[in-house]
Amino acid sequence: MKLQRKNRLRASALGALVVSGALVLTACGSDDNSKPKDGNTTAAAPKGDPKACEGAKGQLLASGSSAQKNAMDLWVNGYMATCPGVQVNYKSSSSGEGIVAFNQGTVGFAGSDSALKPEEVADSKKICKTGQGINLPMVGGPIAIGFNVSGVDKLTLDAPTLAKIFNDKIKKWDDAAIAKLNPGVKLPSTAIQAFHRSEDSGTTQNLGKYLSKTAEKDWTYEPEKKWPAPGGQAASGSAGVAAQVKQVDGAIGYFELSYATAQSIKTVDIATGAAAPVQATPENASKAIAAAKIVDPAGKDLALKLDYTTKAEGAYPLVLVTYEIVCDKGNKAETLPSVKSFLNYTASDAGQKLLSEKGYAPIPAEINAKVREVITSLS
Amino acid sequence: MASTTPTQMDTAPPVVSGARSTGRAGDKIFSGLSKGSGILLLTIMASIAVFLTYRATLALSENEGNFLTTFDWNATGNPPVFGIAVLLYGTVVSSIIAMVIAVPIAVGIALFISHYAPRKLAGPLAYVVDLLAAVPSIVYGIWGALFLVPYLGGLTSWLNQYLSFTYIFDKTQVGVDRSLFTVGILLAIMILPIVTSVSREVFLQVPRMNEEAALALGATRWEVIRMSVLPFGRSGVISASMLGLGRALGETMAVATVLSPSFLISGHLLDPGGGTFAQNIAAKFDEANEFGRDALIASGLVLFLLTLLVNGAARMIIARRKEYSGANA
Repeated sequence: MKLQRKNRLRASALGALVVSGALVLTACGSDDNSKPKDGNTTAAAPKGDPKACEGAKGQLLASGSSAQKNAMDLWVNGYMATCPGVQVNYKSSSSGEGIVAFNQGTVGFAGSDSALKPEEVADSKKICKTGQGINLPMVGGPIAIGFNVSGVDKLTLDAPTLAKIFNDKIKKWDDAAIAKLNPGVKLPSTAIQAFHRSEDSGTTQNLGKYLSKTAEKDWTYEPEKKWPAPGGQAASGSAGVAAQVKQVDGAIGYFELSYATAQSIKTVDIATGAAAPVQATPENASKAIAAAKIVDPAGKDLALKLDYTTKAEGAYPLVLVTYEIVCDKGNKAETLPSVKSFLNYTASDAGQKLLSEKGYAPIPAEINAKVREVITSLS
Repeated sequence: MASTTPTQMDTAPPVVSGARSTGRAGDKIFSGLSKGSGILLLTIMASIAVFLTYRATLALSENEGNFLTTFDWNATGNPPVFGIAVLLYGTVVSSIIAMVIAVPIAVGIALFISHYAPRKLAGPLAYVVDLLAAVPSIVYGIWGALFLVPYLGGLTSWLNQYLSFTYIFDKTQVGVDRSLFTVGILLAIMILPIVTSVSREVFLQVPRMNEEAALALGATRWEVIRMSVLPFGRSGVISASMLGLGRALGETMAVATVLSPSFLISGHLLDPGGGTFAQNIAAKFDEANEFGRDALIASGLVLFLLTLLVNGAARMIIARRKEYSGANA
């Protein structure tokens, strides 16, 4: 199945190459949306906005994070309605596989849950001959902590307690540390069954980053894609973890908010130090992402440094931001117009607005403006 | 795969010596084609082995842990540390559990179909057992995770309560039954059809003369089975079990869906934890970088060798008992 799909991808990549090869000559030049354009491209995009689709045609292959899959589906649908000349094909596998594919030059861009590591940037220079791979933050979302404790509808936890639950230090639901955070809630003495991802995952890494920043004493592990702590049980995929939490009394686990919503799993409110504990919602996650800083404000790489310790009112700090990875310079000539035009759409108001309806958190306006700027300058 | 190679080699000489052909075109073409297929198979096997070994050595040369004894798999870490101890243990233990459960049941079903069941029942029953083999492993996995695991609680708590003195059935951790024991049960169901149908075919081949001779000596039906059917079918049952064991060793999706993996070796079979080669590859491959994949390939090479060993051992057992059996394994 997988092999077949790969072959089909390869075959269609070849097709895309042939089709877009013819466009190379016409496709150079700036893609500035504001620039008026003579109606040449309207033929390629009969029902869309001709400026948005300038030069974009053929197949655009991309691959990467499954955390963005739902967002990508929405974007691809929305984009292809505007620019029917382009076939965007996002293969949802994993951040790691996306980056490998990007660094082998088989995809136009990759989706990843974490920014490129230095060695991956070094690898990318082979493909982006004159430039290097950069990270464009495109969409964020809360990581929900789902729980299933009979008789408990609302649960508040703080980072140190979460850390101790997930590394097996707190074993019962009526532990004093939990009771202290939940006055008035009748906690049963059920054993806690903490579930984590059995396979390596960007979600695990982002939870690790959060806990290692906010509960340094209790969470002393390196934030890796592999689950680092002792104890607990594992299940495969966000869907697998959510299924276990739904099924097992006394369970707690982490996954993207959409899994909790879809199976109506109750989620933990996080006590951040703000006046009230914060619920996991897209809006609250957006508030936390707004506090993020761009690591290197001068460069084109827009990797974000999230402020996990934020105490802002209503800011849900346990978030992940997913990136699109492209070359700043030296993108393949045949896919460059499609990449620019597609990413322009995803970063546009329309593209970002589409997401908040589906449990994702849009990127704050200030960062988003920079993202658009960089996309325009891609070459 | 490994079991077919020796077979090819066994039968290869007569084919090659069949060069005393009539000289007709059809003869030559056919002998060329069959020779070509034989060579192709060996080439494929050899290239798989070369590929696995090459990629494995890349990873092994930079491993900071001990490949055989480290209880961890962090090949993408810096420095990379990974070892197969837990995987080897989990693979072998879950397969043994599967064999212990599946083989007696399969032999029972096969004997029932071949010697006890009325003909009207035997046909449909054989068909249903074969049907089990057509179910994809991911479906077994989902069924295992959503049905078997929650409903196995009764059995495992009973085992824990009355048999905990055996150590292996002593459950020391809280948690649902996503353990090697559950995986073993699931694998047993998955290998049941292949063991059953091969055994059944072998039992049906017992020479009528042998059975009738036993009956003539006044043997009961059970004695007939014990004296003529089972000795005759033994090597067939062994090779059937080995086919099943091959599937159990390499099963991926069902194990990955049901097991709650962790890098610990525990003799308590009911505790969640452990892992198998195939499950670990499935779990780690997606997020692995180039080096991580090489490391996983190294573990795949060990599984390859393990399967070769098991098959080799099976062939030796069968060869020793050849005189009993008309059934070629």
